[in-house]
Amino acid sequence: MGRTPAAPAAITQSSPQEYVLSGAWTAQGIGAVTPQLDALTTPAGQELVVDGARIEALDTAGAWVLQKFLHRLEDDAKGVRLRALRPEFGRLLEAIRQQMADQERTLAVPAIASTTPLERLGRHFEAPLQQGFALLSFVGECALALGGCIAQPTRLRWRPILYNIRSAGFDALPIVGMLSFLLGVVVAYQGAGQLRQYGANIFVADLVGLSILREFAPLITAIIVAGRSGSAYAAQIGTMSVTEEIDAMRTLGIAPLDLLVLPKLLALLIVLPLLTVFADALGVFGGMIMARTQLGVGFGDFLDRFVKAISVTAYLLGVGKAPVFAAIIAVVGCFQGFRTRGGADSVGRQTTRAVVQSIFLVIVADALFSVAFSALDL
Amino acid sequence: MPGPTPSNEAVIEISKLSTSFGDHLVHSGIDLEVYRGEIFALIGGSGSGKSTLLREMILLHRPDAGSIRILGVDLQTLGHGDADDETLALRRRWGVMFQHGGLFGSLTVRENIGLPLREHTGLDDALIDEIAASKLATAGLEPQVGVQYPSELSGGMMKRASLARALALDPELVFLDEPTAGLDPESAGEVDQLVRRLRDLFGLTIVMITHDLDLLWQLADRVAVLADGKVQGIGSMPELAQMDNPAIRKFFDGPRGRAAQEQGRLPHDAHSGREIGKSSWKTK
Repeated sequence: MGRTPAAPAAITQSSPQEYVLSGAWTAQGIGAVTPQLDALTTPAGQELVVDGARIEALDTAGAWVLQKFLHRLEDDAKGVRLRALRPEFGRLLEAIRQQMADQERTLAVPAIASTTPLERLGRHFEAPLQQGFALLSFVGECALALGGCIAQPTRLRWRPILYNIRSAGFDALPIVGMLSFLLGVVVAYQGAGQLRQYGANIFVADLVGLSILREFAPLITAIIVAGRSGSAYAAQIGTMSVTEEIDAMRTLGIAPLDLLVLPKLLALLIVLPLLTVFADALGVFGGMIMARTQLGVGFGDFLDRFVKAISVTAYLLGVGKAPVFAAIIAVVGCFQGFRTRGGADSVGRQTTRAVVQSIFLVIVADALFSVAFSALDL
Repeated sequence: MPGPTPSNEAVIEISKLSTSFGDHLVHSGIDLEVYRGEIFALIGGSGSGKSTLLREMILLHRPDAGSIRILGVDLQTLGHGDADDETLALRRRWGVMFQHGGLFGSLTVRENIGLPLREHTGLDDALIDEIAASKLATAGLEPQVGVQYPSELSGGMMKRASLARALALDPELVFLDEPTAGLDPESAGEVDQLVRRLRDLFGLTIVMITHDLDLLWQLADRVAVLADGKVQGIGSMPELAQMDNPAIRKFFDGPRGRAAQEQGRLPHDAHSGREIGKSSWKTK
């Protein structure tokens, strides 16, 4: 470092009326001396002398502590004299003294107004309500923009739509395929034990077919896409709004909804059903493999039974849910992105919200579909 | 225990520095020295490598060749990690104010200022808050600003808060990146006074990058002009104004340059006659 490190700040009492200060009164050095200063009891009503000759270094933090100490002595004692302080330290101490006086005059920073539990409870419920209304109005805006685009197809931007189809759809094929394949394997494996007991091995085709086509494939695809693309939408739009790109877009006369939201929405509406079909195929394939190894049901037998047992309705119901899920994921992702305020922190928070809320809403929607389908006897 | 240091002590010594990004040569042999207690400005057109030079001085970028000594430490000898002890010790001795503030969005202004103290000293929280409030006042901000978040601040307040954080550990050396860029003339003038007051009060050495011609005339003791990877000229503004190098002339010719020059020569610049580097009294 090129300089000798000074000893830490210290205070000693050489006589009842005299304190000797020494060492480095700096942010690094005063750690140990502050509690000592606070604990010091001073004789009241006497003339005190503080010797500063051996102070080796002084910075703002040290000066602040020293000034506070002197202040306290002055309150108790008749008079305090600071002796032999280096003139340059004296200047800093004086500046700090003035600052302290100013601060006392302007009073302490007003504490954030404390809230009652009732108020907090109210705010706690108000926030989600407000967010719900904002989401509704966002859905409305998107619907209007979509309507406008349909009325006037030239407004549609094909390039971002195609780009989103690739990034949200084509690039997701491996992960979606892999997971639904594994899901098919698991479903067949879990069912195998039970079916074997009753010698109903062939019904594995019913089990795998119905569960994958109606429920698992649309749901797992939607969840993966929410995690992959919904989060990306929120983060992209959130960062753009932090860096004022959204505002810039508005001032240039480009509707952010047209450029940022509709392409994503349309792309997902196209892509999610296709991904679901892909997931259907691989899920059933996984089930077939498991059926052959565990239950001895060959591919031919499986497919024979599959065609008889599974109606086209089951397949269409599953694929039919996908556009609804797609709309939920795209709208929630973009909505949370637009709600980003402030900085990097907020981008992270909104992205998390986008994923959590879209998965939550997807599952709620799936449950509602189940209720509706059973009411309709589908 | 050294006494007040002589004013010709070099705080920063750069010699034969060269840097390139791929094929693009940014610096080819830069030599310059900054003395204790002076306000030193780096100027140059866009892409002249002044930001890179600043980043190299504050250990955010390694040069390809040449040496940089700051506060007596050769930066080449330091370990590469951010957690290296010597690197940390050196970094505590300087403060940096970034062009866009670099304040942490998740912390209030007061927490931002107190962060270095919390990280690097054993002081208790109440004291840190008091010291942070004092730094806030030093930087000329109202106490209420302390509880606000950086996203709620105006540009000028952001710069001041960033400066307050740079000063948190009472550094000997402060780097300012475009201290007045994006500020209205009044705020810019206040920053100008603030920097001068800090230098006089704490004996700081200040290195700044700026395009602000007024700031250069009013504040800078010495100025280095960077162009084509080299230092084209170095000296006080009146000295530079005498030079014929076209890279330097750019800053003096043209209406803006001439206006700032007129301004700078008006009587109110009584400070420009002061001796360079009033000796530092803050010694450890």
